[in-house]
Amino acid sequence: MTRFTVNGERREFNGDETMPLLWYLREEAGTKGVKYGCGIAQCGACTVHVNGAAIRSCVTPVSSVDGAEITTIEGLADGENLHPVQQAWIEEDVPQCGYCQAGQIMAVAALLENNPEPSDEDINNGVTNICRCGTYFRLRKAIHRAAALKKGGA
Amino acid sequence: MAPLDTPAPSRRAFLAGASGLLISVALPVKSRAQSGAENVLGGGESGENLFEPNAFVRVSPDNTVTVLIKHIEFGQGPWTGLATLVADEMDADWSQIKAEHAPSNAQLYANAAFGPIQGTGGSTAMFSSYELMRKAGATAKAMLIAAAAARWGISSDSISVSNGVVSHTGSGRSATFGELAEAASSQTPPENPTLKTPDQFIYIGKNVSKLDTRDKSNGAAIFSLDVYRDGMQTVVAAHPQKFGATPASFDAAAALRINGVEDVKQVGDAVAVYARNTFAALKGRKALDITWDESAAETRSSEVIAQERIDAVKNAGATANESGTASDALDSAATTHEAEYVFPYLAHAPMEPLDGVIERTEDGGVEVWMGSQIQTGDHMAIAQVCGLTPDKVKLNTMLSGGSFGRRAQPTSHFAVELASTFMAAGGQTPIKLVWTREDDIQGGYYRPLTAHQLRGGLDADGNIIAWEQTIAAQSFLAGSPFEGMIQNGVDATMVEGAAPIPYSVPNFKTSAHIINNPVTTLWWRSVGHTHTGYAVETFIDELLEKAGKDPVAGRLALMSEEHARLAAVLQRAADMAGWGRAAPEGRAFGVAAVESFRSYVAQVAEVSIENGVPHVHNVWCAVDCGVAVNPEVVKAQMEGGIGYGLGAILFNELTLDEGGAVAQSNFHDYRSLRISEMPNVEVEIIPSTAPPTGVGEPGVPPIGPAVANAVRKLTGKTPRRLPMIKDLQA
Repeated sequence: MTRFTVNGERREFNGDETMPLLWYLREEAGTKGVKYGCGIAQCGACTVHVNGAAIRSCVTPVSSVDGAEITTIEGLADGENLHPVQQAWIEEDVPQCGYCQAGQIMAVAALLENNPEPSDEDINNGVTNICRCGTYFRLRKAIHRAAALKKGGA
Repeated sequence: MAPLDTPAPSRRAFLAGASGLLISVALPVKSRAQSGAENVLGGGESGENLFEPNAFVRVSPDNTVTVLIKHIEFGQGPWTGLATLVADEMDADWSQIKAEHAPSNAQLYANAAFGPIQGTGGSTAMFSSYELMRKAGATAKAMLIAAAAARWGISSDSISVSNGVVSHTGSGRSATFGELAEAASSQTPPENPTLKTPDQFIYIGKNVSKLDTRDKSNGAAIFSLDVYRDGMQTVVAAHPQKFGATPASFDAAAALRINGVEDVKQVGDAVAVYARNTFAALKGRKALDITWDESAAETRSSEVIAQERIDAVKNAGATANESGTASDALDSAATTHEAEYVFPYLAHAPMEPLDGVIERTEDGGVEVWMGSQIQTGDHMAIAQVCGLTPDKVKLNTMLSGGSFGRRAQPTSHFAVELASTFMAAGGQTPIKLVWTREDDIQGGYYRPLTAHQLRGGLDADGNIIAWEQTIAAQSFLAGSPFEGMIQNGVDATMVEGAAPIPYSVPNFKTSAHIINNPVTTLWWRSVGHTHTGYAVETFIDELLEKAGKDPVAGRLALMSEEHARLAAVLQRAADMAGWGRAAPEGRAFGVAAVESFRSYVAQVAEVSIENGVPHVHNVWCAVDCGVAVNPEVVKAQMEGGIGYGLGAILFNELTLDEGGAVAQSNFHDYRSLRISEMPNVEVEIIPSTAPPTGVGEPGVPPIGPAVANAVRKLTGKTPRRLPMIKDLQA
């Protein structure tokens, strides 16, 4: 039996130990903002937080998250108050197709927790999610804006 | 393609009940077929456009104005762009505007640029809808005013509308759109509502916030993958590893032992695993033991296929465009120059691989949720597979995780597979069919592997007197329902951008060879322009260099008045980049300008070589797309087009190994551009009053040649066997 929380809600799992967290979150926990993109930890569309760290849920077995607090895009905002990264995404109108953006936002939110003012080099090394629409230029601007919003007490 | 067999609603029909106002308007949109893609879908330039009624606006009593968008939204912006047109003409408040996909209905929602077919492609959404959607908004506004005039017993002339409120200054009375919705439904729509003049625009040309951004930033946006129906099975199918192979036999025993796997069936040339959840379906597929019949399969390597095309372009093919006598002029030229290019197979690799859901409805029909890009074709295909009349098929167009051409399928192959999978299992249990990334990368429908041969001639004064270009590739129209659109041996999607070119050359010839094989191919973002733009813009750069001319001034001198808009973006991009200044140490500038899909884009790239790979630091981009309805969307499409095109030109090729199997399978060996490789991009939009044209594709073609021209300055040679990493490391 694996016990953990998803967006604050207690959950238990005793199914197939090899099931990736991605499919559990989408099909059992109902957090469909977590997306499938490659299944091999390359693209990051499935990025969620496990105890605050950004991980790629497509290669993370559910059985490995016993006792963990898991946060998905659905749980990132504080009620009606968007997370500064989400706010920055809206202000810069980052998304195009939008399919990768939940993963991007989760990756950036975790980055800013550890590095509140990332340099461009830090961003290059810290945000490796793929966006096939090529929103990277705007995404970088939004990361800097999110850092400023966060610092400003948002 | 036959029109849908559904009763045609009458012109001006009110399709909504008492809940609100739904407006239909009809107006002709004169189209000029330019892209080959559009030629195909529209059945060619017949000179006739269908003038069918359309239904685009819904005003609800809760004061929401819903704009029905007939084009699929996968990031290129039609939800916001087309809603902007309606909102502006209505004088609505932007905060009351919502967008949703229109249903699949060719009568109501045909793409005027295609003919009687609902679909998206060729960057036509704004071009084909500009007047149509404005008229829809103006009609709605006129009817709301008429309703207010009747209610208040005053003349319409004394009523004004602003920010979604209808008011009469004299009496101080006012009402919201929602309050007037029901009354407006009984008003007669004006035959020709007055459209605004550009100085009256409140949203067009401004930057309204995108309608889909919030839901795409909080996980709420629903894609096809997110559709779950009660009792639904998820299906993952094993597709042939070689193109043209079919299952000879299979053993499903091991797959069926997996917990959650419920059934295994052959569906077409695939073996489908039906399961209670996606993970079980994936495990089931892995456990299948399939023997493939490869007797009709492509078993040659892509090296061999490429060589076949290289051999072909050594001789002229079917003539696509000709003036003067290129061969004679080449013989008499003081200097000649030759170049041979090979463009690899490319997958589109949208973030969301192909997927869709189908279920039986209570009336015995089916309902389908998928990212349909040619709704009419998919709709008909589903009806046919399910043995239904089209009116029994409800096709919901879903937000989709990119496409870049992948979802625009002349053969409706995904819709066919989805419906076939459903019917093979009895046609009662709801089915979600999911393609994995491996299916996406290895499943074909690639940009065709294409070879170009160019020959150019200069006279003693350095004037370009001859240009001869020969192209060889597969035709993705051949073997499709649109095969008849290949005219005189020339597939327009193969030669667009090369026949003719924007440069005045007195002796000119472009010809093409169609060489087909079992590898399935498809249009890839900007279609023929992806390779013709690269070949033309690198070759002209080399010819100008041989003539001792500047790349910008030399191009401008060769552009006639007919190409004034292309010349203007070239000049603007050059000015933005400070063309003529020395590049920073170790870097070089390259330039390219391409007209595609009626829009004009020029880009200057600043490039260095880092560890054998070009690194692009900055791109200056000028675009003329007529009226820029939403300048930020236009800029975002240029930025994205540059990122998409750059990743492909630097890194991407799909190869077939010596047995014909695709060597790449996922993003680890079919790499995508990442943020560290994205240049800074500065975009300027040329102010224009011309009708708006496309932006989804035109940002792509110039980036490859702009980078290549800079690489040539750094290394002495143009990468001609793509991708660049392969060429530079060869």
